[in-house]
This record gives sequence, C-alpha cells and structure tokens, in this order.
Amino acid sequence: MTETQAGTGADVAAAPTSQTVPAIELDNVVKEYTSHGEVVRAVKGVSLTITEGEFFSLLGPSGCGKTTSMRMIAGFEDPTGGVVRLHGEDVTGVPPNRRDVNMVFQSYALFPHMNVWDNIAFGLKRKKVADAEIRRRVGETLEVVDLLGREKRRPKEMSGGQQQRVALARALVNRPRALLLDEPLGALDLKLRQHMQIELKRIQREVGITFVYVTHDQGEALTMSDRIAVMNDGLVEQLADPREIYERPATKFVAGFIGTSNLLGGTVQEVAGDTAVLALGAGDRVVIPRGGTVAAGDAVDLTVRPEKITISREQPAGDVSVVRGTVSEVVYLGTYNSYMVVLADGAEITVFEQNAHDSSTTAERGDTVWLSWQPRHSFVLR
Amino acid sequence: MNRGLLRGRGLQIYTWLVIAWLALPIAVMILFGFNDTHGRYNTSWQGFTLKWYGKLFEIGDLTQALVNSIVIAVLTMVVAGVLGSLIGLALGRYRFRGAGTTNLVMFAAISCAEIVMGASLLSLFVTLAVPLGFWTIVISHVMFSISFVAVTVRARVMTLDRSLEEAARDLGAGTWATFRLVTLPMIFPGVLAGSMLAFALSIDDFVITNFNSGSTLTFPLWIWGATRVGLPPQVNVMGTLIFAAGVLLAVANALLARRRA
Repeated sequence: MTETQAGTGADVAAAPTSQTVPAIELDNVVKEYTSHGEVVRAVKGVSLTITEGEFFSLLGPSGCGKTTSMRMIAGFEDPTGGVVRLHGEDVTGVPPNRRDVNMVFQSYALFPHMNVWDNIAFGLKRKKVADAEIRRRVGETLEVVDLLGREKRRPKEMSGGQQQRVALARALVNRPRALLLDEPLGALDLKLRQHMQIELKRIQREVGITFVYVTHDQGEALTMSDRIAVMNDGLVEQLADPREIYERPATKFVAGFIGTSNLLGGTVQEVAGDTAVLALGAGDRVVIPRGGTVAAGDAVDLTVRPEKITISREQPAGDVSVVRGTVSEVVYLGTYNSYMVVLADGAEITVFEQNAHDSSTTAERGDTVWLSWQPRHSFVLR
Repeated sequence: MNRGLLRGRGLQIYTWLVIAWLALPIAVMILFGFNDTHGRYNTSWQGFTLKWYGKLFEIGDLTQALVNSIVIAVLTMVVAGVLGSLIGLALGRYRFRGAGTTNLVMFAAISCAEIVMGASLLSLFVTLAVPLGFWTIVISHVMFSISFVAVTVRARVMTLDRSLEEAARDLGAGTWATFRLVTLPMIFPGVLAGSMLAFALSIDDFVITNFNSGSTLTFPLWIWGATRVGLPPQVNVMGTLIFAAGVLLAVANALLARRRA
C-alpha cells in the first residue's frame, strides 16, 4: 500500500513521503449509529493513508463524519465496518488506553482537580515511567509549550490559550506515534487562534510527530496542513495538499467549501485540440482545459476563483476566457476591492481586485464590464 | 429615597425576626443545658452550672442510645453513600432499560410519608420473620436515605464533562484507574454531600425507627420515652454538642470552599 485510494486518485499530493509503514490507515471504514430506531451512517466508507510525520487535516462541515473518523483512530468508537491500522497493525477493537496515539480534545478536557504538572504527568504515571524520567520529560514539554513556571497552577486559573497548551503538552509528553487534535483552537479568539496555528506548526516540526487535525475552518487547514482530506456527508471528497485543494477543487462541494469560488454552467460548443469552448451569452467565450472527457453538446459546471479574474471596461485581447456582465455591488475591503457582477443568464460572479494602485476602482455599480481569466484557472467540476 | 430607606429597614427587621424564630428554640436548648436544676423537670431557670457537662454520661441508657444512634448513622452514611452513589452514577451516565422506573422509585421513596414507609417496612420484616432491632433500623435508614444520595450524586454526574474520562482513557488509564483518578474525585463533592445528608437523616429519624427498632433504643427514641417523666439536662447538653458539631462542619466546609475558589 503506497498512497491514497481516496479523493482525486491520480492527483496525489507531494506529502512528506516515506518508504516505511504508514502511520495511520483507514481501510473502507464505516460507522453506523442507531438513533430512535433509525440507522444513521456517519461515515460511509472512508479510506485514507496518513504518512509518518505528516500534518494531516480532516476538513469539513459539522456532521460530515470527520470527528467520528478521528474518534475511530483514537479508539473511542468502534467502526461498524472496515479496518483501522496504526503503523501497519490492525487496532480495530483495541481500547484507547492501549493505542499509541493521544488526543487533544476540543474542550481541552483538563483534569480540574489536578494542577498543570499532574495533568501533564498523568499519562507517564499510568505507564509507570520512573519518577526522574517523568520530571525530565514534563519539564521539557513545559518548555516546548512555553509554560515553565506555571506547573502549580490549576487549569481554571489559566487563560484559554494557556489551557490549550497544557492540553497539547499533556498529549505530547507521552511521545505518541500520532497526535489527534479535535478542533483544538475552536474556543480561542481570532488573534490567539492565528498565533496558535503557527505555534502548532512549529511544535509539530520540532517533535516530528504525525498530527491529525480535525477542523471545519478551511483557513486553519490550508495554513497548517501537509495534506487535507475534505469530507462531506460521510465521504472523502478530495484528498490533496492545500494548494491543490484550493487551485484545483475536484468537486462542486470542495469548490464551494474552500474559499470563495464562482460557479458557471454552460454547454460545450466546440472541442479544439486539448481545449473546449463553452457557450454562455452573446460575445462570451469561455475556454476550458478539455481534460479528455468533454465532448460537444455536454453540459458542464466550472469554477474560477475570484482573485484569478481580471475586471476591465474594454474587451480584453488575447487567448483568454471572457464574459460580460453588469456590476451590482462594489465593496472596498482595504487590501482589495470586491465586485459582484451579474451575467446575462443571471449568474453572479465575485471578483477580487488587488488594491495595488490607488484608491479608485475600475468600475462602479451599474457599469457594464468584461471579466477575463486564463483558461488554466478554471476547472470543470465533477 | 425615603421609601427605599423604609424598605431597607423593613427587610432588616424581617430578616432578624426570621433568624430569631429559627434560633430561639436552639438557644433555649443550649441555655437549659447550663441550668442548675434539682427536680425532675428542666423547665424553669435555677441558676448557671457546668455540672451537666461533667455528668454527661451518667445516665447509662441515654449514653447507650446515643452510641446506637451514632453507630447507625455512620453505617447508614457509608452503606447508603456507596450504594446511592453507584445508583446516581448509573442514572446520570447511562441510558438503560429500567432507568425510568428507578428514577420513579427514587422519587417515590423521597416523597413517601415516613409513617407509611415505617409501617410497610414493619410489615415486611414481620412477614419475613426478621427479628426487629439494631439491624432492621440500619436497613430502614439505608433504604430511605439512599435516594437522597442517588439524587445528589446524579445531579453532579450530569454536569460532568464526559471527555474528561475519555482523556484519562486516552492517556493510558484503564476502566478502574479512570474511575479512581478522574470520575470519583470529580463527583466526590456530590458523594460527600449525599453521605452527610444520609447521616443527618439517620441520626434524628424517629417515625420509621419507632416502627422497626424492636427493643433497641436510639437517641430520639430515648428522648421520646423520657418526655413523659421529664427530660434530664444531659439531653440538652448532648443536643448542644451535636448542634456544635454540625456548625463546625458547616464552617469548615465554607472555609474550604473559600480557599478553593
């Protein structure tokens, strides 16, 4: 077993590759619950392979099965079907206290009746590590998370960010083969969250442990991850590195969930070489990479990111995709301007224009404008 | 402003009246423990003395009754404390067949009139030919106080974050270690409060005890018997000491809570 079987298949991202056994494997894992006599399928067959030392994110909206998947890795849930492997070993049915992974809980789950030191030393004491070794490792870990001198505090005497780092230290000190993080930054305010994102990434690099990170925040996932599995409705929609996920979303869901994207629908008019031309409105000409599967007469959906689109008053020249529309809204956002443009068929297109020149905008509300982009920046969605 | 002042003063007077109403009987009890009475009746003030504190244990039956009461209360506290906590833990934590019925029975036991419970326990013991005495009192006390413990512990369990136990398991603790190191310390305030309640309910119970005591005397039963011939001042002294112990516990609890906060 080498790389992933899920998501894009061929589009396997450049993860930190390793010839050794993968850290975590989910093999066609299914989880069903019975709720009020009805069977609910939370995870509908997820297969993925997480490489040793990788920062791997499970990203998706609430109820997509990402937390359930993580809880099956930790051992809190038993899969209804499929196999969970940790370092090649089948651990399906093994209780959490006998799995060499540790979890950072969303609520931190710090033991309120213990001080910081005892919280962090809990796992080592359970493993009957010698006292001197416990002292050394807890001390080291406190240093890594920058909490030296606070070991006698109780969790409730600390700020949210400090509690978060205690929770991280409590898991890290055990030197698990993999660290599972369940939306650990969800309770922090924006500034602290951004700071902790960078901190987490630094700590992961320093300790070299595989991180599996569950989040619904696409920004967080894009910032930190080596690879991301975007999940929806119990299935993996796409598994790739952040750049790939953002630049080449594989499905409508991924395109809509990650960042802002514009969806265009049209019929293929002609196929020429490795490109196809789409018919939209009069004077519009949308060229798309053909990708081998598109034939004349097909109805296709494609997506373009707002920052890839150029807005202009004159018809642009060159081999670009062009559509016409009317500006319905202009919003000044500091670093960029955001335009909402309505096309002839009623489709709404968002365009971001970098605020590089001066404070004036290219077009005003009610203006007729041309929108253009490079064909390679638009993608046909499945 | 005048009205506000009036309302403030009115509230103060009312508050002190309520406190006096509650405290006066206790004050009288304490006071008459210092009464230098010579007759049978300890109802009129004869002068101050400390001699009853010296002669506290001179009435053998009364001392035995007090010892019985304390031993029964401690046994009740421990047995009802353990069993009630386990029931509370199960009810607060798990959904299981019979949980609803158990809740109902708990509530019924709390709301049931003591006279009814005492009478039905008596008929049960008689039917089963269990000899009445010390152990039937213990069984009855455990039976009626167990629900109070269970309800107190259940309330505590329901506020417990389940991920705490998951965290313990994740960090290598097995089922028993998780209970010992995390669950029990977390619910301990509830267990303690429930057990103390069981102790308090047991030590002053009269109605149910009266039905099921056989020839065993407890402190309340002895006093009830003695009222017909006159209460000795030792009863006041014992009452004072029990009250003082209660106050000390309450103060200690308040101090501890303040230090923890």
